Amino acid sequence: MTTTTDHTIPDAAPIVLEKTVVKSWKTPITLSIVALLSIVLFIVFRRGGDTTFTFAGGRIAPSLPQLVVPTTLTCVILTTLLAAMAALSWWLLARFAKVPLWYSSVFAFIFVVAFLTWAAGDNSRPLPITSLLLGAVSLSVPYIFGALGGVISERSGVVNIAIEGQLLAGAFLAAVVASMTGSVWLGLVAAVVAGVLVSFILAAFAIKYYVDQVIVGVVINVLVLGLTNFFYSQVLAKDASFLNDPPLLPSLPIPGLSAIPVIGPVLFDQSIIVYLMYIAVAAVYIGLFHTRWGLRLRSVGEHPQAADTVGINVTGTRFWNVSLAGAIVGLGGAYFTLGSVGSFSEDMTGGQGYIALAAVIFGRWDPIRATLAALLFGFASNLQYTLAAVGSPVPSEFLLMLPYVVTILAVAGFVGYVRGPAASGKPYIKS
Amino acid sequence: MKLELRGITKRFGSLTANDHISLTVEPGEIHCILGENGAGKSTLMNVLYGLLPADEGEILLDDEVQHFEGPGEAMKAGIGMVHQHFMLIPVFTVAENVMLGHESTGFAGFLNLNEARKRVREISAQFGFDVDPDALIEDLPVGVQQRVEIIKALSRDAKVLVFDEPTAVLTPQETDELMTIMRQLRDAGTAIVFITHKLREVREVADRITVMRLGKVVGEASPTASNAELASLMVGRSVELTVQKQAARPGDPALQVRGLTVIDHIGQLVVNDVSFEVRAGEILAIAGVQGNGQTELTEALLGLQQHVEGEIELDGNPLSGLSVRNVLDAGVGFIPEDRNEDGLVAEFSIAENLMLDRSDSAPFVKGGTLQLGFRSTFAAEKVSEFDVRTQSIDTAVGTLSGGNQQKVVLARELSRDLRLLVAAQPTRGLDVGSIEFVHKRIVQARDSGIPVIVVSTELDEVDALADRIAVMYRGGIVGIVPGGTDRETLGIMMAGEQPDDPNGPAPDPHDDEGRSGTRGEAA
Ligand SMILES: Nc1ncnc2c1ncn2[C@@H]1O[C@H](COP(=O)(O)OP(=O)(O)OP(=O)(O)O)[C@@H](O)[C@H]1O
Ligand SMILES: [Mg+2]
Repeated sequence: MTTTTDHTIPDAAPIVLEKTVVKSWKTPITLSIVALLSIVLFIVFRRGGDTTFTFAGGRIAPSLPQLVVPTTLTCVILTTLLAAMAALSWWLLARFAKVPLWYSSVFAFIFVVAFLTWAAGDNSRPLPITSLLLGAVSLSVPYIFGALGGVISERSGVVNIAIEGQLLAGAFLAAVVASMTGSVWLGLVAAVVAGVLVSFILAAFAIKYYVDQVIVGVVINVLVLGLTNFFYSQVLAKDASFLNDPPLLPSLPIPGLSAIPVIGPVLFDQSIIVYLMYIAVAAVYIGLFHTRWGLRLRSVGEHPQAADTVGINVTGTRFWNVSLAGAIVGLGGAYFTLGSVGSFSEDMTGGQGYIALAAVIFGRWDPIRATLAALLFGFASNLQYTLAAVGSPVPSEFLLMLPYVVTILAVAGFVGYVRGPAASGKPYIKS
Repeated sequence: MKLELRGITKRFGSLTANDHISLTVEPGEIHCILGENGAGKSTLMNVLYGLLPADEGEILLDDEVQHFEGPGEAMKAGIGMVHQHFMLIPVFTVAENVMLGHESTGFAGFLNLNEARKRVREISAQFGFDVDPDALIEDLPVGVQQRVEIIKALSRDAKVLVFDEPTAVLTPQETDELMTIMRQLRDAGTAIVFITHKLREVREVADRITVMRLGKVVGEASPTASNAELASLMVGRSVELTVQKQAARPGDPALQVRGLTVIDHIGQLVVNDVSFEVRAGEILAIAGVQGNGQTELTEALLGLQQHVEGEIELDGNPLSGLSVRNVLDAGVGFIPEDRNEDGLVAEFSIAENLMLDRSDSAPFVKGGTLQLGFRSTFAAEKVSEFDVRTQSIDTAVGTLSGGNQQKVVLARELSRDLRLLVAAQPTRGLDVGSIEFVHKRIVQARDSGIPVIVVSTELDEVDALADRIAVMYRGGIVGIVPGGTDRETLGIMMAGEQPDDPNGPAPDPHDDEGRSGTRGEAA
């Protein structure tokens, strides 16, 4: 046998195929449902009178004049706009391949404006936009830190239910250390250390001893809650002025940017921890998708054996990245005690770690999307307080429910195919 | 670099997968390892690569004893490997997979993706591969994934290179290119271990041949030995390299496909207006270069594709639009191209995998409870019938050797009461003895009077089984010719051109002692 193959057999040359367009009708359907909902809410259950928006300034930024609009008319106009946009989206899709993202974003923005107009209508007290947004950012800070930690940990293959525990531990240790030393900076360092220590427990049990990661995470949360409660009531309460009276982080307005009306006070007149958060979001995003660190981290979370065969130390990579995640979440915990409240109290995170976890999933394990999700959840939470303050008829429980409803819709496939890292939650056992 | 394995022993529980194996590969030598499915070839290579710790024995490189803690150290020592079960990360691009582990980076660890893309292009050009560096692995058919796996191994300039069944899904031309590269590497002094079940490849490139059976080295063979000699040394009995089959006695058209079009998620017409029919009692082979729509065509028949237009009828009843469950219940047996993805649940036992698509009715389930007794009897029977090499029926399928996994899929599908059999690459990764057996079973299925579709990129297989051959190109069917059509004609058709005389099955000029022997008189 000499000839082995027929060289008339074609090579795997590029196979060029005819193309057609597959359309997804999800966007127009969703937009239409929301538009319909708006018609029912804003027109059928319309509210009369006027709606007043105020745009207070900050310490540096000037205030803008308040805006008074007739509630019914504005709602009708905005709802009509929503309905028109929903209708147009069908045409857009029929004409072009897909409805652009900016279109949906504008739609969402108009909906929110319409909702605020309606909710604060009927001559209720004025709706303070600046404080609504400022509060939203404040509430989002722990969510965002938590979500970043969750993204890193899960991308490396370890489910991080312990976000809650890491936040709480960070808040606790930051308060105690800052209070004892009188230095907020040492408090921040202590928060990082606390987060890492909690991570060590998670990493040891999940990576070294192959214990189910969800169970370890839940146990850690209960453990941290129990420990902090114990120390709070038995130790901190005895000498609160020495142990639980930390200084607050000072505000550091950014020159120039902080003078922009509304945006300035909301984003650029914050404490160091918020600026660290901006940096962390960008760093995690760039790191994850553009550096060697990120490539290796993602590889052990997707297919640890493949990573192993190219010489990547799976266990080590997971261990250090879970620790890093703990450090980031711990820092977020410090925001409770050093950034906003000024002292530690029992269970002060109150389940926010779980909302951060929801943001991870809603954000499809992507740091930027997870941050946006966290902001959305923060906005929803704060909306509830603000609307209650202006005397709106919307039940606060409804808004509290929002993050969870949104997450369920997300997981059910409304924001596209949601798929986590393939090996997340699975220990890597070598035979 | 010279590689020497001394007395390597590897046990999995009571099974000795490698029993005191010694092997030397000189630099500048291509050393083939032949052996049945489950003989322990991959296990030996995984021990060498540091993926599995050996229970006994030592590994020497240039006469120095090595202690590999893991693959990382083996790689550093200069060992490279093309894995039988691809080690690719599905959500990464080709370039990312190739660079992983030895990334070229710029400032602060930023990835230099362009460098990796260039490397991928360079190596693919060398082979005549066409691989898009930015394609996601999960979107690629197995044939292309195999190429990526090879590119990955070659991109690291290893001194000892292991190829574990790299040619199972390559086209003949690509296989030739690969063998050329192997020779070049050998001439440059690389020590090469080559594992394959295709005897012609062995005889073509091997400098030395070691034969393994049941975990032991049973001898060396000379590269000049005939196929029959090699086969019998490997299996321990003489193997019929050609299937004896009667002429088909086709009945009425049983499967009718009219105007079938499949659109993939990025809008390409991967199957483009295809019509054909298969009669009861005949085998229609679908030939063609991998990636011309064969995969999607079979998936569409089973109801696995999302955007499908056209009609599919089986025995006069429509199949199109039915759920996969209903298609299976209509008696369609399906052997998927990618067994790990679509055919098996790796963590499940053999017994569980054997009942996987019959989990909702008797005889495996009665009144909502599993009939464990029946399942065990059934599994034991099938394991012996199909010669699945395993310790027990409760072994997880994922730990079986590649060929034995394939046998589990075959056993499951061929033991149902079928109205249609769709087999994509049914003998991928099987040893010669098993191929003989599987071909017999497929012919048996045909002779029981059902229509059979066999998709194969292997012309030997097409030749051995087909009563008629449909050639696919760019999603369409170029033409349907009688079985036994010469390879020249098929080759022309696979390039998308009409042969001059599609009806005249000329005698096959390439017929030789290879396993291309049989043809039915179906024409
Ligand atoms: N991780 C494992 N656990 C238990 N048994 C295993 C494991 N890996 C392999 N085996 C067993 O070891 C034996 C040898 O398998 P191996 O994969 O080395 O065969 P092979 O010669 O490569 O076969 P093939 O040609 O089918 O690829 C098989 O019986 C297999 O079931
Ligand atoms: Mg093998």
